[in-house]
Amino acid sequence: MTYITKPRLHHPLLAPNAIGLSRRDYEGKVSTLCAGCGHDSISAAVIHACYELDLPPHRLAKLSGIGCSSKTPDYFLGNSHGFNAVHGRMPSVLTGANLANRELIYLGVSGDGDSASIGLGQFAHCLRRGVNMTYIVENNGVYGLTKGQFSATSDKGSKSKRGVVNHDQPIELVGLALQLGASFVARSFSGDKGQLVPLIKAAILHRGAAFIDVISPCVQFNNHAGSTKSFDYVREHNAAVNRLDVISDRDEITVDYQPGTVQRVTQHDGSVLVLRKLPDDYDPTDRLAAITHLVAHQARGEIVTGLLYVDPDAGELHDYLGTVKTPLNALGDADLTPGAAALEAVNDSLR
Amino acid sequence: MSEVRDIDPAEERASKRPRLTAVNDFVVKFANVNGSGSASANALFAKSILRMGVPVAARNIFPSNIQGLPTWYEVRVSAAGHLGRRGGVDLMVAMNPQTWAKDIASIEPGGYLFYDSTKPVDLTALRGDINILGLPLTEICNRAYSDPRQRQLFKNIIYVGALSALLGIDPAVNESLIGEQFQGKERLIKPNLEALALGREHALEALEPLGLRIERADAVGDRIYVEGNAAAALGAVYGGATVCAWYPITPSTSLAEAFMGYCEKFRTDPVTGETRHAIVQAEDEIASIGIVVGAGWNGARAFTCTSGPGISLMQEFVGLSYFAEIPAVIFDVQRGGPSTGMPTRTQQSDILIAAYASHGDTKHPLLFPEDPSECFEMAALAFDLAERLQTTIFVMLDLDIGMNEWLCRPFAWDDARRLDRGKLMTHDQLEAGADFGRYRDVDGDGVAYRTLPGVHPTRGAYFTRGTSRDPDARYSEEGPIYVANMERLLAKFETAKALIPTPVLRPARRRTPHGAIYFGSTTPAMHEALDTLETAGIHIDAMRVRGFPFCNAVLDFIAAHETVFVVEQNRDAQLRTLIVNEGGIDPAKLTAVLNYDGSPITARFITAEISRCMGGMAKLSGAGAKP
Repeated sequence: MTYITKPRLHHPLLAPNAIGLSRRDYEGKVSTLCAGCGHDSISAAVIHACYELDLPPHRLAKLSGIGCSSKTPDYFLGNSHGFNAVHGRMPSVLTGANLANRELIYLGVSGDGDSASIGLGQFAHCLRRGVNMTYIVENNGVYGLTKGQFSATSDKGSKSKRGVVNHDQPIELVGLALQLGASFVARSFSGDKGQLVPLIKAAILHRGAAFIDVISPCVQFNNHAGSTKSFDYVREHNAAVNRLDVISDRDEITVDYQPGTVQRVTQHDGSVLVLRKLPDDYDPTDRLAAITHLVAHQARGEIVTGLLYVDPDAGELHDYLGTVKTPLNALGDADLTPGAAALEAVNDSLR
Repeated sequence: MSEVRDIDPAEERASKRPRLTAVNDFVVKFANVNGSGSASANALFAKSILRMGVPVAARNIFPSNIQGLPTWYEVRVSAAGHLGRRGGVDLMVAMNPQTWAKDIASIEPGGYLFYDSTKPVDLTALRGDINILGLPLTEICNRAYSDPRQRQLFKNIIYVGALSALLGIDPAVNESLIGEQFQGKERLIKPNLEALALGREHALEALEPLGLRIERADAVGDRIYVEGNAAAALGAVYGGATVCAWYPITPSTSLAEAFMGYCEKFRTDPVTGETRHAIVQAEDEIASIGIVVGAGWNGARAFTCTSGPGISLMQEFVGLSYFAEIPAVIFDVQRGGPSTGMPTRTQQSDILIAAYASHGDTKHPLLFPEDPSECFEMAALAFDLAERLQTTIFVMLDLDIGMNEWLCRPFAWDDARRLDRGKLMTHDQLEAGADFGRYRDVDGDGVAYRTLPGVHPTRGAYFTRGTSRDPDARYSEEGPIYVANMERLLAKFETAKALIPTPVLRPARRRTPHGAIYFGSTTPAMHEALDTLETAGIHIDAMRVRGFPFCNAVLDFIAAHETVFVVEQNRDAQLRTLIVNEGGIDPAKLTAVLNYDGSPITARFITAEISRCMGGMAKLSGAGAKP
């Protein structure tokens, strides 16, 4: 259905952002996902986040693997280059793209099949390398495109639409990301746009490997009673650690927050993350505490959401490699090819 | 002289022994224990001969093991410049008891056995047709050194000193190489020189000079002596590669490591330390090629280097590169397959898996370097071709070329040469209103224009995917649209034919109905075999193919001959299959000559196989002539 073009009529109330673009300028093709799919809400949140961040769409590259979630980059940011790669391998392709041009913003979109099963290795290694990116897993606990098999994030005891009970332990992507050294780790829910949009904004502004696990119910195959990834279940068990406002360095801080309940974290680019704490003692700059909190609350059957961890001074892969500021894909012949005289010296050393 | 006494019982027989004599043309083989430090001593021996102005080819034949298993080092000495393996051994340096019997059996009649005579050996049981030279190396070492490690390491240097003396190598040559080798570690020079002298003195005192001699010559010229993997890595630097993603695997590891070394030298700012390259040791071969594809999509020249098992793992991404049309370069340093196969032995057995990598209908350009010089040239070329053709280019080395030092033409570079970035649509072209459709065949050569991410705010963006799409990169499952795209990819492969290096013809001195096709590391042994066959009155036109797809010259060559031998180093005659399949050739016309035991093909093997076939042919034609 992607060949259906959207009407380009601009509603007069669609206000332009600081770079003169309206929300429509951040949209993509018409989604071919099922009506009510959580993934479409995530696409809308990405559009909203980029619009609010005043991002020039062409400065962002969107990459994905294979599956329902991985189709979504076609449905947002139509003026960005996109790459729908192979199953489970988005992280390596994104890593290569990032090495080639460090100046673009990289958004990786994946699913629970793509990242927790076939792609678990690449998920782990791109996080531990500190690739500067925003990595979103649209997590519905089910293989949708092949009609309803359990995925590796399905909870033990969760029931499939056909009534089969899952006996395998789930893979906890957020817990893994924390252990693997991701420098921004969050979880959200596709049904909670108020929580999700600021998290995406903060992740995009974050310098380093940012991971967001978004529980995104599959309306066709995993939204029934007995599923632990249904809209109802997630709403009932959602235990947010904080609510986030992102204030870019250009914005004036106008909102007053009650002292004591608010934590401010200034990121590398100058943006300020204002976190309204829900449990008073939650500190998202403490990785170990984040892991402990996650494990303890999960044991109670809660789904912990919010900004779980951020290292505002994190490094990224280019720092570790020491690459030049100029993107590698912009280096010219003279930067790259040492020339005939240097080669003659090499010849001499080989005689 | 205990060793002389050892020989006494056989003295009478020894006086009748045949004795090989040769100047600057023989084969020396060292049998050692892996991890005993022999490799650098043996390399010193080979390089000393080279410095005497005599061409050598040295091959390390080693096990998949760090310490303990048998390893050999074979040095072909040839003033005539035959640098393939000849076959047979004229002087065996038998330093490994594990392989003693087999090593002795491999010596040519009249050849020489050099061994450590510290422990008495029953020489009467040995072959009567070889000459035996014993030197008590362990005893000499034990007397001279107290440290066990020194005893081991200097034993190797001592035998180099002894052999050099026996063959007539100028001691000054050995000594200057020791000086070069330990530049910066000067304290090691003196003890090494002493060990050399120790070996030389003992040998001259106890043993007669051999019938094999090295004499100063001027047959090396300006040639360089280098490993193919290092040459390919240097070619990648000159070819403008900036991203390397790799996973350690024998025999390709040293290619990535050499790339690191050359980048450190040529691509690192001496003041800031900033690098104009990015090298990532990935978690596996799949991630390696994924990184390469991502970087290629985003406009950086990128490569990975691997061997057969890695090629197996990379299949899906190679198909993506083919179908989504993304530049990538893969260096396949081939080893013995299938499966883990013989990881430290050589073969040319990835031809078909590389040519047709991935599911669905695919084919990929391959380059076949014959030696390190061509590794350099083809590496640099591969990056131009990858961007020009927007697809994966395979550079097909093998362990023999990759991990052995070869004497070859010096590297050359034309400073006027520019990197060919292919059909890239720029910001200015898009701004000026250029019509862009990612998969439109604008020029009729099957190659479409591409844009790089971030190029323009509103024009030129497209969605890259491995699924079927129309010329404007929009998802489509329409049959005619799919077929048109697949046909365009075929047209692009036709375009590739004109860009692949042309074959090299080596015509026979006489008109002949017989031809031979060969490629890659087979070349030097093939040339020697052709010379030998010609001397025996067997004339063969020979063609070295340098890449795939095959240009018309290859098919014309086959058409112009009644029979064509296809010489290669795998079991299934993979190049022959590729020629038959792609050229629509009658298989009966192509006779396979196949060596695939893991050791590099020898001139004798090729000569024997072709002679045998020609004999058979002569008989057949003779039989046919009868009424």
